[in-house]
Amino acid sequence: MAVQVRVPTILRTYTGGAKLVEGTGDTLAALFLDLDSRHSGLRGRLVAGDEGAELHRFVNIYINDEDVRFLGGLDAKLGDGDEVTILPAVAGGGVDALPVPSSRPGHRRI
Amino acid sequence: MLRIDRACYEAIVAHARRDHPDEACGVVTGPVGSDRPERFIPMENAERSPTFYRFDPMEQLRVWREMDDRDEEPVVIYHSHTATEAYPSRTDISLAAEPGAHYVLASTREPDSTEFRSFRIADGQVTEEPVEIV
Repeated sequence: MAVQVRVPTILRTYTGGAKLVEGTGDTLAALFLDLDSRHSGLRGRLVAGDEGAELHRFVNIYINDEDVRFLGGLDAKLGDGDEVTILPAVAGGGVDALPVPSSRPGHRRI
Repeated sequence: MLRIDRACYEAIVAHARRDHPDEACGVVTGPVGSDRPERFIPMENAERSPTFYRFDPMEQLRVWREMDDRDEEPVVIYHSHTATEAYPSRTDISLAAEPGAHYVLASTREPDSTEFRSFRIADGQVTEEPVEIV
């Protein structure tokens, strides 16, 4: 189940600068675990919640041309030759109304 | 310093005014490594909110792929504040994910004038920079 993954600039510190990496897994959750075994720390930037049970709210992930939020999130199915694209959300706003969890020192939110 | 041509500057201000009181957002792209904002792309604010913005995820995918195909990058990422000054909020800072971009803030809180300022946001640090309109 080989999948191509497009990595945004800000996360290429985890991939040795590579823009495109390969991974395996029949779901998005399995792919992230596989990627993390070679690109340690990457998964932590993509998932949130207890034990990484959900997608990070401000990271967009697409399988081919579809937003995975409409494909089952971390349970989204992957097939051989699929392309996964990771894009940090471009978001913000004038009022500090967003519930921002306190970050660990040295842990940069995406 | 941000150098931006008058047409792009005016397009950002006009977009911010048009969408007021909701926040407006978009990018100005340019060739990778050039630091030249050339192609103005207004984006949909998926939140349609006076206090928050988020690029529509599908539109973002399309625009980011187009940039890839054209060897471009987001040189400017802009959004408006509609009731507060043109300065990055804590939310803006915590979500900023393009350390190489100029983050432009336009404030439409005054009806007759639009404050237009530019910042670098990297590692949680905000640095204001001069803006030159050419």
